[in-house]
Amino acid sequence: MTRAKQLIRRVWQDFYLVFIMAFLYAPIVTMMVLSFNASKSRTQWGGFTLSWYTQMFASRNIINALHNTLLIAFLSALIATVIGTAAAIGISSMKAVPKTMLMGITNIPMLNADIVTGISLMLAFIAFGISMGFQTILISHITFNIPYVILSVMPKLKQTSRSTYEAAMDLGAGPVYAFFKVVFPDILPGVLSGFLLAFTMSLDDFIITHFTRGAGINTLSTLIYSEVRRGIRPSMYALSTVIFVTVLVLLLVSNFAPRRKEA
Amino acid sequence: MTKPLIDLVNISKSFDGTMVLDDLNLSVRENTFVTLLGPSGCGKTTTLRIIGGFETADTGSVIFEGEDISKLPPNKRQLNTVFQKYALFSHMNIAENIAFGLKIKGKTRSYIDDKIKYALRLVNLDGYEKRSVDSLSGGQQQRIAIARAIVNEPRVLLLDEPLGALDLKLRQDMQYELIRLKNELGITFIYVTHDQEEALTMSDTIVVMNQGYIQQMGSPEQIYNEPENAFVADFIGESNIVPGIMLRDELVEIFGARFVCVDKGFGTNTPVDVVIRPEDIDLVEPAAGTLRGVCTHLIFKGVHYEMEVTTPDGFEWLVHSTDLCPVGKEVGIHVDPYDIQIMNKPASEDEEAVGVNE
Amino acid sequence: MNRERKAFSLTGQGLSLGKKLLAGPYLVWMTGFIIIPLVLIVYYGLTDKNGAFTLANITAIATPEHVKALGLSLVLSFISTVICLVLAYPLAMILRRRGVGQKSFIVFLFILPMWMNFLLRTLAWQTLLEKNGVINGILGLLHLPAQNLINTPGAIIFGMVYNFLPFMVLPVYNVLCKIDDNTVNAARDLGASPFQTLVYIWLPLSLPGIVSGITMVFVPALTTFVISNLLGGSKILLIGNVIEQEFMKGSNWHQGSGLSLVLMGFILISMALIAKYDKNGEGSAF
Repeated sequence: MTRAKQLIRRVWQDFYLVFIMAFLYAPIVTMMVLSFNASKSRTQWGGFTLSWYTQMFASRNIINALHNTLLIAFLSALIATVIGTAAAIGISSMKAVPKTMLMGITNIPMLNADIVTGISLMLAFIAFGISMGFQTILISHITFNIPYVILSVMPKLKQTSRSTYEAAMDLGAGPVYAFFKVVFPDILPGVLSGFLLAFTMSLDDFIITHFTRGAGINTLSTLIYSEVRRGIRPSMYALSTVIFVTVLVLLLVSNFAPRRKEA
Repeated sequence: MTKPLIDLVNISKSFDGTMVLDDLNLSVRENTFVTLLGPSGCGKTTTLRIIGGFETADTGSVIFEGEDISKLPPNKRQLNTVFQKYALFSHMNIAENIAFGLKIKGKTRSYIDDKIKYALRLVNLDGYEKRSVDSLSGGQQQRIAIARAIVNEPRVLLLDEPLGALDLKLRQDMQYELIRLKNELGITFIYVTHDQEEALTMSDTIVVMNQGYIQQMGSPEQIYNEPENAFVADFIGESNIVPGIMLRDELVEIFGARFVCVDKGFGTNTPVDVVIRPEDIDLVEPAAGTLRGVCTHLIFKGVHYEMEVTTPDGFEWLVHSTDLCPVGKEVGIHVDPYDIQIMNKPASEDEEAVGVNE
Repeated sequence: MNRERKAFSLTGQGLSLGKKLLAGPYLVWMTGFIIIPLVLIVYYGLTDKNGAFTLANITAIATPEHVKALGLSLVLSFISTVICLVLAYPLAMILRRRGVGQKSFIVFLFILPMWMNFLLRTLAWQTLLEKNGVINGILGLLHLPAQNLINTPGAIIFGMVYNFLPFMVLPVYNVLCKIDDNTVNAARDLGASPFQTLVYIWLPLSLPGIVSGITMVFVPALTTFVISNLLGGSKILLIGNVIEQEFMKGSNWHQGSGLSLVLMGFILISMALIAKYDKNGEGSAF
């Protein structure tokens, strides 16, 4: 291929990347800009202001929802990480048939439609007599988070060679000691990224929360949903900006920080 | 002599500012087995990829039968490649893999079927048509890769370290197989490898490359017996490379001892490098040797003994011999004149760096 | 017996038994909150208010309003999936060529919007598409007539493509990254043109990623009620809206469950497709 052709192709590719990038980021950038816009209009720039941010933080509704969201995200990610990591270790030591079966169950909440998962959990909570509220949201979030943890930890377990574990035992370490000293450090990046993935998944969820929250409790997602139907207020844009920046930081940390000797 | 089929003219190529090929010129004659040999990073694979059309040279041109094909894409070139890790199409069975090129060219069903049968027989895998790629061993996949290339009746077959992933025994079998194929098909092979033994076994012509330059080109015998510089001597087989002084034609002084040789034209009292292969050193009674030394190491290698003889100046001579010399025994070193190979000393530091960097 | 077991537990098998028990809490949890809830949907879907067996909740899909909602859902999610595939495939090809490894920054940039809250992403498009929104504002500045963008099926498709595009890009990109350059070179070497290489090599080899991407876009698009609610206004009902209303407003849970079972039928078909074309989980996005 000639140089000119290569150049044309490169330019065309750059153009396409920019086009998709614009499509993906246009609404996000728009919201960020509008969150600083003093005018309530969406098309006129009325000067720079932080008042929507102060309004947002002054709103009891928003602060309560934020508190719920973060607490549920943290707790559900933590519990899911513990259950999921233990499960991954257990499943990885199983034979092919039970392994496939358990991984199949793991895949259900990931492949199933959120609306069905949400409805089924709602029916179950009512059947079990668990009253709707904080606890039902938490249980639901743990449920859909566990698969993400398992799928993050499993590949790391596969990479961990059995021989290092056996070598540790050969050198006199007990099984539990050998596990925490040799295997656990190896899978730690997977556990951490599983936790962060679970945390962001929980932050992001709306549909399942919508069906399992009951009245009187809101997460940010459900709050936004009810607000949106009433008409968008600029403090919502401020809230979006804050969430986006938070998620961005979390993702940068999880994607680029634990870069250990992986080729 | 056959006529030239492929000519590489003034080819240069760099990646991200690193020069990989520097003004390379190479002519390949029809119906020969040419091997590009060198350590990794020497530019041999890049050369092959430029011939195949997978890389574009920065400067220079590729001439095929007098026609410049530098700008042709790979699918328009009359050559086929056998890739390093086979690169078979895993979503097709063996017959579909072999048929791929022929189907693209729009050959008839019966022609293709005949060709598949013929090619499978040629690589000794009759009846493998319906097998999947995954069910074949590495060696079998390699044969299929070759079959897939040759059914297209290319004028030239390019092979990029095709035996690199196979184990030793299989590699040796495949070497004979490739020689047989080349003779049966009567086409030109351009073969890339870093394995000197492979190159010596199969080639009509070996091109030794290092750091983007051709170091030496010649028949296997020439390359082995008359290396032109220290790099080639060192890379091909084992050798003793010692500094010497060419006193006059056919007489060289090494560590103060005078050896008769057959080389001429180096002038008088010229510093040179002298190459002596370990199997060309005869160990004799101390009094009968040109040099004297003491045997300091002895290992049994099966076919021969490997010994080290240290001479008073401290040089350790590597010696291969079927006769054993016990450690600690004083021996004489004798070399026949035609077993001594004289090389010019590198002119500059720079050239030295090119030569010995291995 | 006791002593025997003690001796046994010192062997490797005993260890792995202990390890297997670690999956216990998970098994209990998933049984309680995945399996039983799904069984409950089946139970509700196949019974009436008095608990008697009936197929009426399922056959209710055949009523005109439900057929209309399901049909519209199928059409819109099908169109969205096709658009996503057409946009994502070249993108994934370019990213493969440019991106250095899985964690390259450019790839990260394309995944990032996916992590923006799902509702906020849709909300943002509402802002852009509205009658007094940003796009019409820009059109007004250019003295062009305002367009009726929001509350149309087109707006819903737009929202679906925007929300689910990364779900298509990721699995396709992951599969493309695993294709060896030399496999493609081999096809070119054997005489295939760039287009023939695409048809005979790229597409078949990336099929697991494509299938996985299709299901990952199609299933949430088919079942959404949020996108249609925010961008489609109250007049356009998708099957997701119907089900959501049965549970949150109408409170006919049996009817809602029955319709959910119908939806699950479509989801099962997609899962079966994945199992067929993506046996090794190559196309998984995570």
